[in-house]
Amino acid sequence: MTTIKVRGKVWKLGDNIDTDVITPGKYLSLPMDQLKQHVLEPINPDFAKLVKPGDVIVGGRNFGCGSSREQAPRALKEVGVAAVIAESFARIFFRNAISIGLPVLICEGVSQAFSDGDVLEADFSTGEIKNVTKGLALKAKPLPPMMLEILSAGGALELLKKRFSK
Amino acid sequence: MPMTLAEKILARASGNREVAAGDYVTAKIDVAMAHEGASWVIDELMRAGIDKVWDSERIVILFDHWAPAPTELTATMHKKVREFVKRHKIKHFYDIKAGICHQIMPEMGHVRPGELIVGTDSHTTTYGAFGAGGTGLGTTDMAVVFVTGELWFRVPETIKFQVDGSLPKYVTSKDVILKIAGKYGTEVAQYKSVEFEGSAIRAMSLASRMTLSNMTMEIGAKFALIAPDDKTISYVKSRTTKPFTPMYPDPDASYEKVYELNVSDLEPQVAFPHSVDNVKPVSEAEGVKVDQALIGSCTNGRLEDLAAAAEILKNRKVHPDVRLIVIPASREVYLEALRAGIIETLLEAGAVVCNPTCGPCMGTHLGLLAEGERCISSSNRNFKGRMGSSKSEIYLASPYVVAASAVRGEITDPRKLMEVRK
Repeated sequence: MTTIKVRGKVWKLGDNIDTDVITPGKYLSLPMDQLKQHVLEPINPDFAKLVKPGDVIVGGRNFGCGSSREQAPRALKEVGVAAVIAESFARIFFRNAISIGLPVLICEGVSQAFSDGDVLEADFSTGEIKNVTKGLALKAKPLPPMMLEILSAGGALELLKKRFSK
Repeated sequence: MPMTLAEKILARASGNREVAAGDYVTAKIDVAMAHEGASWVIDELMRAGIDKVWDSERIVILFDHWAPAPTELTATMHKKVREFVKRHKIKHFYDIKAGICHQIMPEMGHVRPGELIVGTDSHTTTYGAFGAGGTGLGTTDMAVVFVTGELWFRVPETIKFQVDGSLPKYVTSKDVILKIAGKYGTEVAQYKSVEFEGSAIRAMSLASRMTLSNMTMEIGAKFALIAPDDKTISYVKSRTTKPFTPMYPDPDASYEKVYELNVSDLEPQVAFPHSVDNVKPVSEAEGVKVDQALIGSCTNGRLEDLAAAAEILKNRKVHPDVRLIVIPASREVYLEALRAGIIETLLEAGAVVCNPTCGPCMGTHLGLLAEGERCISSSNRNFKGRMGSSKSEIYLASPYVVAASAVRGEITDPRKLMEVRK
């Protein structure tokens, strides 16, 4: 079975983090190397500078609500965010994240269990989540095998490439 | 097994006799729509080294988010897409003159009941107003569709809104969906299909139903379906000669939940910043000063919306401290409004009328907001910073409320303004 594991420092965000907050429309036509400098700017203008590769976002409810812009999960991935774990996700953000190869997981209680800077460990194939700092364990519903397959290929496009190179 | 409308649409598209909520299926796409998002789809395909499309007649490409191109970057984006359209002989391409995707799609006959339609835009749920399974995708998924014509779907659970009663004067489908968002929150339909039924829905024009299906996206919906009736069928037949098979939910289909509303006493509603479910009746918003008012967007930029604004603005003037921006949703809407004298009324009142485009709704061009400014808008989202400065505010309401507020310079109940004249 495909295994995807992540370990990283937590950035805690609230409920209804929308796609205009993640990647504001006024920057949307910029190339990704510039757009990513503005990721989450409306709520934290320094996020893109401060985030370290491998960090993890813990979100509240309805993470990624709003537009279908794939730049939202992609900009997070490009600045180094290794995964997003939230109480719940907006449908298109969740789907886009899987398709571009950014691991995401729905986990009730996750925002209660983590504070900014805690170290998080997650196994996306079993749904096990640990707060290493606080010594807490949570259980989420694991991702279905099809999504794990897309993630481990590095995204839906990589799978498509394989299909066409056969 | 009885099926909901979403289950029927996905069963047919996936070649199954039956599907049920929770199933994963691979479905064939009937129509794929891409606006400027096409440019990012092309980037993905180039990255993958694939330069082919599955069916040049089932892909619809158009420009609406940056039309005409306000910057060199967006002009380059448009150029890239035009070249792709030529190279792949994409049959249905609408350049900058046409208008907003969700208006163009049904107008040009690309939305047919029972079909599965995907778009690079979250408000693709709008096509549910015609009984079509419309839903939004990102660019990677759309790249997969462009090449293969197929995509995986999880069959969603369905909830139903039974909406009865008759809407009072100056109260519209926008107020119904704002009321629903305010009462049940932005997650009530998260990952679900919504079906609307009831006498209030049946009485609505197709344009009003489109507003409803459009904004159902804001409560999380994957589809926002209204089963076809005579209005739907005669509209669609007037727009396309392609055959289609309307679908209807089985009478004993299984719904996760049914919500009942009676709209006979509904007041105009206003969504306060910065969330679509932060909704209050207009009586609790009156007196809030506004700097800008916007009538337009895929939510409320149709002929009946412009007519509503003109009804309010006839022989009145826009308040000197307010910029009223009016953006018809399509060239057809613009022409009809022009011929009906609506555009003249709006211009005389002091409105700025722009070409059909998404405009400032998503903060790309044509009237952005500065720090500390406030806009009342007929569009669909009031997220922080969406229309410009992250220190500006957006209030959402119907075209009636927006027009009345533009006159007074503060959020105004259109019923009170119209009383004054009597």
